[in-house]
Amino acid sequence: MDIKGVEKLAELARIELSGDEKESMLSDMQGILGYVKQIEDLKVEDIKADYDLYNVWREETISMADFSKEQLTGQFPDSQDGFLKVKKIL
Amino acid sequence: MIDLGNLTIKKVHEAFKSGEYTCTELAQAYLKVIEQKNKELNIYLEVYNDVLDQAEDADAKFQNGSATLMTGIPIAIKDNILFEGHIASSGSKILENYTASYNATVIKKLKDAGAVIIGRTNMDEFAMGVSTENSAYGVTKNPHDTSRVPGGSSGGSTACIAANMALVALGSDTGGSCRQPASFCGVVGLKPTYGSVSRHGLTAMGSSLDIIGPITKNISDAEIVFDFIKGGDTMDSTSIPSDFYKKNTINKLVIGIPRDFIKEGVDPRVIANFEESIKELESIGYTIKDIELPYAKYAVPAYYIVTPAEISANLARFDGMRYGVRKEGENLMEIYKKSRAKGLGKEVRRRILLGTYVLSHGYFDAYYNKANAVRKLIVNDYKSAFHKVDLILTPTTTGPAFKIGEKVNDPVKMYLEDIFTGPANMAGIPAISIPSGFAEEDGKKLPLGIQFMAPHGREDLIFDIGKKFEEIRK
Repeated sequence: MDIKGVEKLAELARIELSGDEKESMLSDMQGILGYVKQIEDLKVEDIKADYDLYNVWREETISMADFSKEQLTGQFPDSQDGFLKVKKIL
Repeated sequence: MIDLGNLTIKKVHEAFKSGEYTCTELAQAYLKVIEQKNKELNIYLEVYNDVLDQAEDADAKFQNGSATLMTGIPIAIKDNILFEGHIASSGSKILENYTASYNATVIKKLKDAGAVIIGRTNMDEFAMGVSTENSAYGVTKNPHDTSRVPGGSSGGSTACIAANMALVALGSDTGGSCRQPASFCGVVGLKPTYGSVSRHGLTAMGSSLDIIGPITKNISDAEIVFDFIKGGDTMDSTSIPSDFYKKNTINKLVIGIPRDFIKEGVDPRVIANFEESIKELESIGYTIKDIELPYAKYAVPAYYIVTPAEISANLARFDGMRYGVRKEGENLMEIYKKSRAKGLGKEVRRRILLGTYVLSHGYFDAYYNKANAVRKLIVNDYKSAFHKVDLILTPTTTGPAFKIGEKVNDPVKMYLEDIFTGPANMAGIPAISIPSGFAEEDGKKLPLGIQFMAPHGREDLIFDIGKKFEEIRK
């Protein structure tokens, strides 16, 4: 992990970091990765967990939401004619 | 004068029925304490302005005979549980103006019963922390010693019960966040079996680990609240019906102690209190056995890979677009980056970046896949232990509440606070922290707690032994 690595991650996570914050983040992450890498030593190839995971599905049904449109549109940071307003996308 | 220090849900219910006092009078009594102490302790981020209206409705239920056990019970909720029409900020600035548009399933149940929801309690931002110091709204002070933390991330909820600002509270537990602060504050904190309580309306942190849990003064109340909030929910596909796990009968209950796991880094006062608690349990007829949990020590490192990964996905929605705080920028990308930079705190940004790293191409296998495989090792550890014993006992924490500022700048030191609590979340099993005594320091008595863990679905074993332990601890 180096500063370029931290910058790449910040870019992917859409978080802006100042120069100082990048340094601090780098040192924190090195410490944390140093701590978690002890699981590297564990052999896990042949493990079978004693449980089964399965997907839980439900039928698609149309029903009225129990909240109003206004509860959502009223919270838009910026809006126009009831539509969410954002900066140019394309 | 209602003696708030000695109430239980059953006592209060009887008092309401007999007319000894009304729901309104009880709510007023708690509001008075809040008025006197909340400024100093910073427990509630908000006391709702409709508390007395709720109490009035509850009183009406007692008048017309439709009241149940939870009617009129004053309850505090953690700031990450959605209560429609009220702000739910998860201890974060990015949601400081976010008004919940629906009720969490647990809130719906409470409202239907006529419980009185007093307000939202402080927490570490997005439930990431062990001290409530990561809250964007300041730390909560431990009522037992205001120079110390209440624990976290449900520190506001546990301090609330310790300070008599509500009768019961709800917290959430992903790595120990109901149990560790309960231990620091001298109250009961239950982490139910994963899936036994609906997560619908709980702001997601680590979806494969998150669960809502009760914080109470005693075991009976924890049992009542758990029975009340549990149940499968079509809105949460990971939830299970209450009879999902088989309950086999146990003749003579055996408690397992993973002694190897309890040696390193534990305060001698915790060890002394723990040994005393074991002796007390033996004195009332429980058999104690040494067990091994060889992979327990890998639970926390694996947790700090799995959780950041899930966090990085769950917190992607906080982007300044549709709700919450939006910071200005030249273009769309800048708005994302600045809103998240300014709206999210240091620990949250740390974990998002860590999660992004462990999920990224080239590292996914070595970190995330490996950590999930370690999870299976931990589950199997507990499964084999529960063939030999019925419950597992450890201290809840390695020490009493630490001083505010003592650990906040060292992430790994903070992470090690989860050493005894984290494994239960990784395995999905139920666990509880019960007050077990005190450690004296600076002339103050700092609470200590012990933790019982049970097989999936066996909260009943926990409640049973918990009540017996409470009796002998008196």
